[in-house]
Amino acid sequence: MDLSRLRKLSEISWEIPPQGTMRVPAVFYGNQALIQQMDQKVAEQAANVASLPGIVRAAYAMPDAHWGYGFPIGGVAAFDPEQGGVVSAGGVGFDISCGVRTLLTGMARAAIAGYEEKLAEALGREIPAGVGAHGKIRLAEPEMASMLRGGARWAVESGFGEAEDLDRIEEQGCMSAADPTAVSREAKVRQRDEMGTLGSGNHYAEVQEVAQIYQPEIAQAFGLEPGGLVVSLHCGSRGLGHQIGTDYLREMVSAADSFGLRLPERELASAPLSSELGRRYLGAMRAGINCALANRQILTHRIRKVFQGFFPGSRLTLLYDVSHNTCKEELHPIEGRSVRLFVHRKGATRALGPSHHELPPCFAPWGQPVLIGGSMGTCSYILAGQTESEERAFSSAVHGAGRQMSRNQAARTWEGRELVRQLGRRGILIRARSPREVAEEAPGAYKDVSAVVEAAEAAGLARRVARLDPWICVKG
Amino acid sequence: MVESKVLPQRGRSIARWEHFSHVADVGIRGIGSSPEEAFAQITVALTAVITDPSLVEPREPIRLSCAAPFMELLLFDWLNALVFAMATRRMIFSRFSVRLRDHRLEGEAWGEPLDLARHQPDVEVKGATYTELRLFPDAPGEWVAQCVVDV
Repeated sequence: MDLSRLRKLSEISWEIPPQGTMRVPAVFYGNQALIQQMDQKVAEQAANVASLPGIVRAAYAMPDAHWGYGFPIGGVAAFDPEQGGVVSAGGVGFDISCGVRTLLTGMARAAIAGYEEKLAEALGREIPAGVGAHGKIRLAEPEMASMLRGGARWAVESGFGEAEDLDRIEEQGCMSAADPTAVSREAKVRQRDEMGTLGSGNHYAEVQEVAQIYQPEIAQAFGLEPGGLVVSLHCGSRGLGHQIGTDYLREMVSAADSFGLRLPERELASAPLSSELGRRYLGAMRAGINCALANRQILTHRIRKVFQGFFPGSRLTLLYDVSHNTCKEELHPIEGRSVRLFVHRKGATRALGPSHHELPPCFAPWGQPVLIGGSMGTCSYILAGQTESEERAFSSAVHGAGRQMSRNQAARTWEGRELVRQLGRRGILIRARSPREVAEEAPGAYKDVSAVVEAAEAAGLARRVARLDPWICVKG
Repeated sequence: MVESKVLPQRGRSIARWEHFSHVADVGIRGIGSSPEEAFAQITVALTAVITDPSLVEPREPIRLSCAAPFMELLLFDWLNALVFAMATRRMIFSRFSVRLRDHRLEGEAWGEPLDLARHQPDVEVKGATYTELRLFPDAPGEWVAQCVVDV
């Protein structure tokens, strides 16, 4: 990104002041190196988002931002329904409620050493992943509608997991006001065989070791000990979410003129929050969130089964479950009063600070766990939300490393089998179905996740609690 | 930088497909002597995101139709109809024919059931997007259809 177009606010924040059709500034978080690495398109897209009706305070780009569809990935934007605010299907993304869930195993590396190959095999076998993978559940109506209304709560009631899991999931595992009737028949058909599947691309299930602690007190409260093992999942709402994104992107593009929206890019297609289309999309998108929460709950159940098979009596508990492609109705303080806003986080994680009213009580003293997935073969991080994040970016933080190289370029640069061998020499076991996909997901194709989370901490978005190093990775 | 494939020439056909770079996802492009041919070629490029199209036997056809008020939306619908067909039929396709008339598309896709061992599918396509979505005449007698797909 061209720094000369930006005004430097601090060592870690930059802005494009309102100009042309922009209603508010576009604010970018990151040190100079990260900002320079960002595609110029990020600046353009953030400025476009800043021109949408009803946007409040600023359009934000997180330190991991990159070129997305209409909205940058790593983007945060809040809209006021009382000021003509909009909701955008492109502002949520295709993989609605894609997110990360981390499970605490209560075990250390030594307990698993010697079993790692077999454990990797079993996880690879029990977690349906990759193109064409089907789950073991076939979901038809009316059960589909129950799942879309109930999310992880539906999954627990259906025998996947435990009731206490729900306390450790955003929205207590169930996004309210979901409307299954706003979800197309095609989306439901696409999802019929995909419950409890991981997907492909950058999705994974990974056994990780707590390698470094930055905040001992918070780490202890989160159940993280040096050398302890956790299992993290990165996946979303599968075919259902993708189809909702496709359906509503098309409908919003077609309806843009009727709403009088003058869009600099078609992909910014939005609908007023007060419109029938806007409300219908919100209902469908919330059903998509529930689908993702149910999906991660079913996968959790499968992972627990695998662990119990190897280690009878083992008990995997949730640290937390966060989503990073959402639009949520939230209360935020604006000029001294609490205002109801619709906050789009596309490739951004909600990061509530200590004592926030929506936090589960167990996290109230510490802030919300913010789970940041690395890329294959690189570390991941657990962060904690900070109070300052509210004024910085409506209590939001980064979501991952963010790509810096296209898939085709990565496939030309690395060879999948050789990469698996190299990672193996570092003690990292990769279970993948396609060598080309391994090459496309090479660690070097992503930004340095450590630099991204350091920048998030320096910007006051969230602070580092622990670093997790990968051990066994089942690729999507 | 683009990856490109030139298919066997039929008469004066310049039909071919290629991928172009997009940092997070993949750009697909079909080139032909008519919009129909460009529409048919871009779907070969779509298959090539998932697997090598030459590994896919065109054994059985499925018929697809779409309608849209303008051509680029029709292209978006055509690609998404294929994404939907691949996801729900567990099939993969390698040969396509397209007829366009009055903002309607009638298409055929020839393919076979997805075979994980033989096709070694790489990544699933979530959907077509509006990014770089264009249909335009390029060199004389050449039509280009392109789109970035979300993977």
